[in-house]
Amino acid sequence: MICSIGDNILSPLGFTSAENWNAVCSGHSALKRYSDHFDLPEPFCASLLDWEKVEEKFAQLPNNHLENYTRLEKISILSAADAFQKAGINPAAEDVLFVLSTTKGNVELLQDLHDYEPSRPYLWRSAQLISRYFGNANEPIVVSNACISGCAALHLVKPLLQKHGFRYVAVIGADVLSKFIISGFQSFKALSPDFCRPFDADRTGLNLGEAAATIIFTEMAETKRNTIGIVASALCNDANHISAPSRTAEGLLKTLRSVMAAEKNLSASDIAFVNAHGTATRYNDDMESVALDRMGWNKLTVNSLKGYFGHTLGAAGVLETVISSHELLNGQILPTIGTQNPGTAAEIHVALQPEKTDKPLFVKMISGFGGSNAAVLFTKFLAV
Amino acid sequence: MKNLKILSYSRITDDFVSLNGDLILRRSASDEPNNVARHWLSEIYSKIGMEYPKFFKMDLLCKAGTMAAELVMRSLNMVNDEVKENWAVLCFNAAGSLDDDRTYQQTIQTKENFFPSPAVFVYTLANIVSGEIAIRHHLRGESSCFVLEDFSAPVISRAFEDALDTADFGLGGWIEFDKGHCDVLICAVGTGNQAELTDFSAENLNSIYQKKY
Repeated sequence: MICSIGDNILSPLGFTSAENWNAVCSGHSALKRYSDHFDLPEPFCASLLDWEKVEEKFAQLPNNHLENYTRLEKISILSAADAFQKAGINPAAEDVLFVLSTTKGNVELLQDLHDYEPSRPYLWRSAQLISRYFGNANEPIVVSNACISGCAALHLVKPLLQKHGFRYVAVIGADVLSKFIISGFQSFKALSPDFCRPFDADRTGLNLGEAAATIIFTEMAETKRNTIGIVASALCNDANHISAPSRTAEGLLKTLRSVMAAEKNLSASDIAFVNAHGTATRYNDDMESVALDRMGWNKLTVNSLKGYFGHTLGAAGVLETVISSHELLNGQILPTIGTQNPGTAAEIHVALQPEKTDKPLFVKMISGFGGSNAAVLFTKFLAV
Repeated sequence: MKNLKILSYSRITDDFVSLNGDLILRRSASDEPNNVARHWLSEIYSKIGMEYPKFFKMDLLCKAGTMAAELVMRSLNMVNDEVKENWAVLCFNAAGSLDDDRTYQQTIQTKENFFPSPAVFVYTLANIVSGEIAIRHHLRGESSCFVLEDFSAPVISRAFEDALDTADFGLGGWIEFDKGHCDVLICAVGTGNQAELTDFSAENLNSIYQKKY
């Protein structure tokens, strides 16, 4: 079984997975209203990190002056350091590979490069500095596949462990927000002026969020503590439009069919819940509802975590997998906060209240610009 | 493991366009050398006789990638309206979408001149080029985009081999556009019986990338 042996979430709700899990169980949201922020003319709602706290935490790390690290690199390093500690493995070992999932990396440096070298906005450079911080000499992989980056990175884990000789793969998802990203989404009319309402009939758009999240994977026959394992993953392109999802949900449907066909005897009746992308844009949520409907999954519990963290871009697939793994292992499905009155193109069951489950599987699904869709099927992997 | 072959490949650089190892266009030396891109890419578009209105909306990275993919698919007689469910699209580069990112940044740099454009912003994602290629050729397999420091045949061939564990064909490769310069190698990869086809390997990928025209 390819399973997680250590994870971390660094978000405004906490610096560890446990802190984040406790916060979401208490119904806390990191979303706030901002005006006159990032020198932007329009106000917005987002989940922004407290950078003084991040600096404090970063100052406690050893070797934190190897480089003048950027905001993105700092949260990535902090997140990975905690996950490696939890996993109890040496990140410098030659059988450890780093995979960074980010959509925009250090793009904020285009506004002002400060004292950084000209190569610093390049995503590969951040990934190198992050893996080298840990003394890892392998060339890291950078996946930059818009909103699905995190799940596209998870999709690489199986071949890296089973075919390419790595014993451990550390998937780090991270993005920070800036004038660049917020203004772009605003120009796209994709941002809600208010707190987001995933799958709500009156949803008005998404909120963005800053976070880093890490999962360290390895392949084991048995485990000493309860964790999650990857059963199957799939990516599919809609080949329809670069910025609008397919109305028939063709690509997402294909990913769901693919993960359910990956092994014999996989049954939807064993799925505890589907953690959707649920951005609260009209088109995304409608499309996801159509995919679930076409799977015949109208009665399955679906939730979205965007009301807690916002859409954390390259971190989303990783962060939401970590939260979902806590849901599965604790048998407790989180409600979709922000949503009151679900209403999507197809009728689905959106969790509005906490629900109990003892089923063994969950599906993480996600879609994004470029017509890309991903689904990953996870299972409980229980201690013997 | 499948016996993978390079079914067709094309190159678009600052200086030439080639298809399956044959030069098909060379940029005339009189053109401005430091920012060849815009005119050169338009010239390629008209000279290869491509007809695709979406081309004119694209950023330069997507223009370069889409034209190189067009040449490859054309040489395979695969430019048609048929949906291709089992074709993967894999793109690799060093700059991601930084060329378009810089263009977008200019539209928001100062408060006085703040005109963020959704038409520019949509191209500020590294994987849009894979989406454009998938749309043009109706490719509905997996698509992904990877950023690495330099062209690396081993990294690219490893990713193609992994994707082709499930997909039947792969289209993509190195699609770099940065600071006015382009460097594109696109290949179609799949199983093929024809003896004249080149084996898909890191070594062969590297030699078709390095070949000068």
